[in-house]
Amino acid sequence: MSERDNMLARIREALSVAAPLPGHDHATVRETPVLSNIADQRRVLPAVGQSFDEQLVLFRANAAELRADFRLLNGVDALAAELKGLRDAEGWQRVASHGGDLTEAACRALGLPVLLTDQAYDKRELAACDVGITGCDALVAQTGSVLVTSRSSGGRALSVLPPHHVVLARREQLVPDLPAVFALLKAKYGAGYPSMISFVTGPSRTGDIERILVLGAHGPKKLTILCL
Amino acid sequence: MKVTLFIPCFIDLFYPQVGVAMARILEKLGHTVVCPEGPACCGQPAFNTGYWDESREVAIKVLESLQGAEVVVIASGSCGAMMKVFYPELFAGTKHEAMARELAPKCYEFSAFLVNKLGVTDLGARFPHKVTFHDGCHGLRELNNKRPPRELMAKVRGLELVEMGAAEICCGFGGTFSAKFPMISTAMGEVKCASALETSAEYIVSCDSSCLMQIQGLIDRQHKPIKTIHLAEILVQQ
Amino acid sequence: MSTAAAQFNQDARRLSADLRHRQTIQTAMGKYEVARDQRKTAFQDWQAARQMAAETKWVAVNHLDRHLEQFVRNIEARGAKVHWASTDEQARDLILGILREKDARVIVKSKAMTSEEIHLNEAMEHAGYEVVESDLGEFIVQLREEPPYHIVFPAMHLTRDEIKDVFQRKLGDAPSNNPEELTMVARRVLREKYLQADVGITGANFAIAETGMLSITENEGNARLTAALPRTMITLVGIEKVLPRLEDLALFLPMLSAMGTGQTLSCYNTMYGGPRQPGEMDGPEEYHVVLLDNHRTALLADAEQRDSLHCIRCGACLNVCPIFRNVGGHTYGTTYSGPIGAVITPNLRGLNDWKHLSYASSLCGACSETCPVKINLHHHLLQNRRNASRQKPSWWQKLAFKAFAPMATRPALWSLVTKMGRLGQKLHGLVKGSRLDPAYAWTKTRDLPPIAQQTFKEWWRTRS
Repeated sequence: MSERDNMLARIREALSVAAPLPGHDHATVRETPVLSNIADQRRVLPAVGQSFDEQLVLFRANAAELRADFRLLNGVDALAAELKGLRDAEGWQRVASHGGDLTEAACRALGLPVLLTDQAYDKRELAACDVGITGCDALVAQTGSVLVTSRSSGGRALSVLPPHHVVLARREQLVPDLPAVFALLKAKYGAGYPSMISFVTGPSRTGDIERILVLGAHGPKKLTILCL
Repeated sequence: MKVTLFIPCFIDLFYPQVGVAMARILEKLGHTVVCPEGPACCGQPAFNTGYWDESREVAIKVLESLQGAEVVVIASGSCGAMMKVFYPELFAGTKHEAMARELAPKCYEFSAFLVNKLGVTDLGARFPHKVTFHDGCHGLRELNNKRPPRELMAKVRGLELVEMGAAEICCGFGGTFSAKFPMISTAMGEVKCASALETSAEYIVSCDSSCLMQIQGLIDRQHKPIKTIHLAEILVQQ
Repeated sequence: MSTAAAQFNQDARRLSADLRHRQTIQTAMGKYEVARDQRKTAFQDWQAARQMAAETKWVAVNHLDRHLEQFVRNIEARGAKVHWASTDEQARDLILGILREKDARVIVKSKAMTSEEIHLNEAMEHAGYEVVESDLGEFIVQLREEPPYHIVFPAMHLTRDEIKDVFQRKLGDAPSNNPEELTMVARRVLREKYLQADVGITGANFAIAETGMLSITENEGNARLTAALPRTMITLVGIEKVLPRLEDLALFLPMLSAMGTGQTLSCYNTMYGGPRQPGEMDGPEEYHVVLLDNHRTALLADAEQRDSLHCIRCGACLNVCPIFRNVGGHTYGTTYSGPIGAVITPNLRGLNDWKHLSYASSLCGACSETCPVKINLHHHLLQNRRNASRQKPSWWQKLAFKAFAPMATRPALWSLVTKMGRLGQKLHGLVKGSRLDPAYAWTKTRDLPPIAQQTFKEWWRTRS
C-alpha cells in the first residue's frame, strides 16, 4: 500500500461519521450545503456599478488607492507618447517585454534595447532591466487588479522581477468583478491552463516593519497601467 | 405574567442588591415574581472546566425546578447564556435534552426581558451620572444583547452614556480562568479599566455581576477613580 | 502539568505584565481593526458571505478524498509530481530527497506555516543547505533566530530599532532605522538569493481540486519570485487546504485579504498549475507538491471538531483574542497560536501535553464571531476541556465539583455554605495576599467582595 493509499483510506474512514452542518447559528443552516454560483457571490461581494463607465471609475479609484498609476489613453499614438514620457522621466535604459500587438508597438516607440522573455532568456539579464512591459488578460474593476498569466504576459518573471511593471491593456478588457474574471479564465483557458495565473493588485508592498506601508518589497515598486 | 427569577450563586452571595432591584422592578411592572428555592448555581463552573457529568448534576436540578415556568429571567448574562445556549450542548444525547431545548426559548437575561419581551424601556429611573458600559461577552455574543441595555439607559433621567473603546473586549473574568491564569486575567482587566478611565465616566455599568466583580476587584486594589454598578441597580433608582 | 504548560505559564506571566509589549500589540491591532472593518462594510452581506464560505469548506473537507484525487489528477496532468506525506518526518525526508537529487545548494522560501510545523528549515540547514526566508517578516525573525510571532505578521512584536540592530549584526548593512530603508536592504539581499537559488519552496493558501492548482496569497512578491526563478519548485501544503472549484476563489480571496490584513485583495494572488508548460520560457522545470497529513486525518475523524480543518489561516481570530493580545504569539510555544492554535494543537500534538492552551481562554467568543468560515472555535475549546478531563481527570477538581453539587442544589446546605463563608472571610483577613491564602490566585492582584450581610435567598425567605 502506498502512502497515497494509506492516507486516502484514513480519510475515508474518518469521513464515515457525518459532521454537523456549517453555521452554528441555527437560523442560517441549510439542509445540505451547496456551492455558490455567480449570482450568489455577486449578492454578497462588494458592489460594482452596473454600467461600464461606473466600473471604469471604480477601477480608477481602486488603482489610485493602491498607488498604481492608471492612465486612460486614446489610441496607439497616445500610448507611444506616454511611454516616451515615462522613459525620459524614469530614465529607462533597458526594457524587457514579450511579443504581441501592443507590446511590440510599445517597444518600437521606446527605441531601447529589448529583452524578450517569450524566447529563451537569461534571468540575470532580466534582473538588469529597468522595466517589464506586459499585456494582460483582464482588469478587474471591483478590486483594481490586473490579471496576468504566464502565457499572455511573457512568462512568470517579467511582471515581477524588474522594478517597474508597465501593463498595456484595452478598455474592453475591463471586467466588473471577481466572479466575472474567473468565468473569463475558464472560458479562455479551460482547455489548457497556463502554469501561472496572477492577480496583481497594486505595486509590491509590505507592512512587516511596525505596520508601516513600504512599496517595492520584492516585486515592482511601481505599477503603471496604460489603458487604450 | 408569572416571572421565574433565577439568581446565580455570586449574586446571591455578593451582590444581593442586584437581585432585589430586579424583583422590585418586575413587581412594580405588575408581574408576579417567583424564585426557585433549590438551585443556587447554573452549573457553568464545572461545564467550563470540562467536567460535564458533574455539571449535569447541578444543571438537572435547575431544569427540574424550572420546568413549567412561563418565562425565566436570569440575573446575569453568563448564566443566561449557560442556560439558553449551552444547556442544549451539555445535555445533547441525554434523556434531558428535550427539557433543555424546551427551556432555552423561555430564558431571558434581565435587560433583554424588559426590552424585547415586555417592550418596556422607561422605568422612570433617575441616575444623574456619567457612565460607560461594559458588554459582558456572554450577553453580547451568545445572547445578542448589545441594544437592550443601551435602550434602557437612554431613558434614565440625567444619565450620560460615553462608550469606551474596549466595551466589547473581554474583562478577563471567564470564571475559573480568572484563577487558573490570574496574570492574563489581570492584564485583560487592566486593559478594560484603562479604556473606561479614558471616558472620564464615574461608573462602569454592566449586566453581568461576575464581570463587575473582576473589574471592581482591580479598581479597589489599584485605587482607580471609578466605580462599578449593575444596570438593575440604576434602573431601580427614582 | 506538562513542560509545555509550565513554560506557557512562565511566559504568559512575563508578557502579560510587559506594558511595552501590550502597547505595541494594541497599536498594531488598532490599525488592523480599522482596515478590517472597512473591508467588511464594503461587502454587501458579510454574514451571508461567511455562511457561503462555511458551506464551501464543509463540502471541500467532507469530501476530502474525492477532492484530493481530483486535485492530484489535474496537476499531475500538467507534469507536476505529487508526494503524499503522512508524517512530518516523511515530509522532511521527501523534501530532502528532492534537494539531494537536484544537487541543490541555495534554497529560497516563501512563507509556509506547514514548514514551521515540520521544522523543515532546521532539517535543511542541518543537511548543509543555505536556506533563506524571503518574506520580509520571516527574513527578520530568521536573522533573529526566533520563530514567527504571528502567522500573518511574523515580526509584529519588533520595533524598527530592533530590526535595524539585527540587520547591522547579521548583514552588516543598516543605514538607518527607517522602515523603507530597511526594506530596501532586505530587497537587495534577497534579490541576489532568488537569482542564486536552485530550489524554491512555498506553502499554499488553497488547493483547487477542479483545475489542479495551488493558490498563493502575498503582498511582497517574494512567492512570485520564488516560483519564477529557481529551476525546481516545491509546494508543501496541508491536505485540508482544498477548495472544490476555481471560482470559489472569487469568494475566498477577498475574504482572506479582508480578515487577514484589512485589504480588498492582497497584492499578489497567484495560481500555480504545474511546472513550466510547453511554450513557456521560464518557471521551474520541475514542480513537486507535498501533501501533508501530520495528524490532520485524526482531526478529520473527530466529527465534532472537523470544521477546525476549514481554517484558511487568515489570523483574524488571533487578532481579536484578548489572550493573544496580552501574551503574544511566542508564548503559545507552538506553530499555530491564538484561538485556532488553542483548538487544534491539543489534537495535533497531544491532548494531555497541550490542553492548557484550551484552558487559557475566558471563552469570550470573539474568535467564533470573527471567523470568516464560522468555525465554532470557543465551543471547540470547551470540547477539548471535556475530552481532556475525561482522558485524565484531575481528581481534586472532580471531587470539588462533586462536593459542590449538593451544596448548590439543597437550600439547607447552601445556607450552611453561606454562613461558613462569612466566617471564612473574617479569618481570611489573616492570610489575605499571602502564600497561605487559598484565594491567592485572585487576591494577588485583586480584592474580593465580602459576602453580603443578607444574601438574596435570605432576603427572599423573609418576604414569604
